[in-house]
Amino acid sequence: MNPIYVRRRRTDIVIRGLCFGAAAFGVTWLALILVTLLYNGLTGLNLQIFTENTPPPGSTEGGLLNAIVGSLIMTVLGVGIGAPLGLFAGTYLAEYGRNDKLTSVIRFINDILLSAPSIIIGLFIYGAVVVPMRGFSAIAGALALAVIVIPVVLRTTEDMLLLVPNALREAASALGLPRSLVIKRIAYRAARSGLITGVLLATARVAGETAPLLFTALSNQFFSLSLNKTMANLPVTINNFVQSPYAYWKQLAWSGALLITITVLALNIGARILGAERTAK
Amino acid sequence: MTDLSVSVSANGHLASQQPLPEAPAKVTVRNLNFYYGEHHALKNINLTLGTNRVTAFIGPSGCGKSTLLRIFNRMYDLYPGQRVTGQLMLDQTNILDPKLDLNLLRARVGMVFQKPTPFPMTIYENIAFGIRLYEKISKSEMDDRVEKALRGGALWNEVKDKLNASGLSLSGGQQQRLCIARTVAVRPEVILFDEPCSALDPISTAKVEELIQELSENYTIAIVTHNMQQAARVSDKTAFMYLGELIEFDDTSKIFTSPTDRRTQDYITGRFG
Repeated sequence: MNPIYVRRRRTDIVIRGLCFGAAAFGVTWLALILVTLLYNGLTGLNLQIFTENTPPPGSTEGGLLNAIVGSLIMTVLGVGIGAPLGLFAGTYLAEYGRNDKLTSVIRFINDILLSAPSIIIGLFIYGAVVVPMRGFSAIAGALALAVIVIPVVLRTTEDMLLLVPNALREAASALGLPRSLVIKRIAYRAARSGLITGVLLATARVAGETAPLLFTALSNQFFSLSLNKTMANLPVTINNFVQSPYAYWKQLAWSGALLITITVLALNIGARILGAERTAK
Repeated sequence: MTDLSVSVSANGHLASQQPLPEAPAKVTVRNLNFYYGEHHALKNINLTLGTNRVTAFIGPSGCGKSTLLRIFNRMYDLYPGQRVTGQLMLDQTNILDPKLDLNLLRARVGMVFQKPTPFPMTIYENIAFGIRLYEKISKSEMDDRVEKALRGGALWNEVKDKLNASGLSLSGGQQQRLCIARTVAVRPEVILFDEPCSALDPISTAKVEELIQELSENYTIAIVTHNMQQAARVSDKTAFMYLGELIEFDDTSKIFTSPTDRRTQDYITGRFG
């Protein structure tokens, strides 16, 4: 056989092996984390988790009800505030301001915000909301999450709208549609699954955020629905319980971690399915 | 030198060889200039589109024929840095009036594009959507209008059993006829076709051409095309454009049999372009 060809084949086998090895190395750790989480989380998972509040120190009774509800409330509020803002801002960048100088400035700042450490955002809300309000509160927590949601949704909204072919906008304009209807009825419709995917991914992102809640919503040992008071939530509860000396708290932390992981996984799979639908069209 | 490559079709206007009577002007273009930023894209264009006539615009790529078409419905307004001077009238309406309501103008001057652009909704909605912009009508009336529009687009028989299917599920040729039906549904006066068949197969092309001829009974039509046979088949008048200038504008039969300008002759005999 041609020696050049033989050498090329050998190189190919070596490189392919290295690539496979690197991929396997990365995936192994992820698998180990998931297996450990499943093993430890499932042993403690029972109905009590969903029906009882976090126990006081030393107790071996109790669940995570207040933390689950708190996380739900703040996540929904955070996404509820942040997603529309991100959608509107993204619409501005992709539709109205496409040729503005302001657009590139906004995009640049948004990219910085997108990669800002979430603890910085927590500190910002602490200074902007918690200090003036003289206390930690659920609303401060939700606002911190909203600040994280905005750049994520803004970015996906802009990207998805830019994928809508201009020919479609022209066709709608040619029919006499005003700009607002071209965006609302045609561009949003064409980009719908992409826009929803962006919101889902942003939700997944904030569902597990701990740092921005540490300085804002803090946590709460009891069940509370008040937005003006501290509110329990899964990430901070996990953080606190893991560091405690009590075996039962540690067990609860594992279960809480498993719940968050399942939620995030479900949101990501949902986003994937929507994305697949989009490309199939 | 006089061997023109364009064949004379049996059902086209060329067959008659009779100059058509002049139709009253629907769109009048006077001393029209157009600029993309610094680039002078259209130079002093003068012509009229006759009422219920088909006017074809031919010429090599970049000659400005699509640009001209996109001025008729002020499509260029969507983009910054483009400006126009001169006069452009649709009947008594000054199309270039900056205060003109563009949406109402576009309701009167419809447009069909190069690539089929069905909206991401059902076939029925693709049609009803445009109608709803201008009229509030009952469900049964709407059903009638949608059917009429789809018949007008020569598509009804193919889609009547799947009106709730997505417009995107149709074939390319069907999508283009859906777009024509959608344009007709809002009852415009003028329809602009910007290379409507360049993305279609020959059978779909034939259907669309036939449709254009039928539509010319009720609408004033302008069509940009790269296909000279198509211009010869469907149009009454032909405008030959080159480098932003209108070189020759005359009856289609005249342009394709005895053009006056040397450049027109060179182009239609395939010497350039």
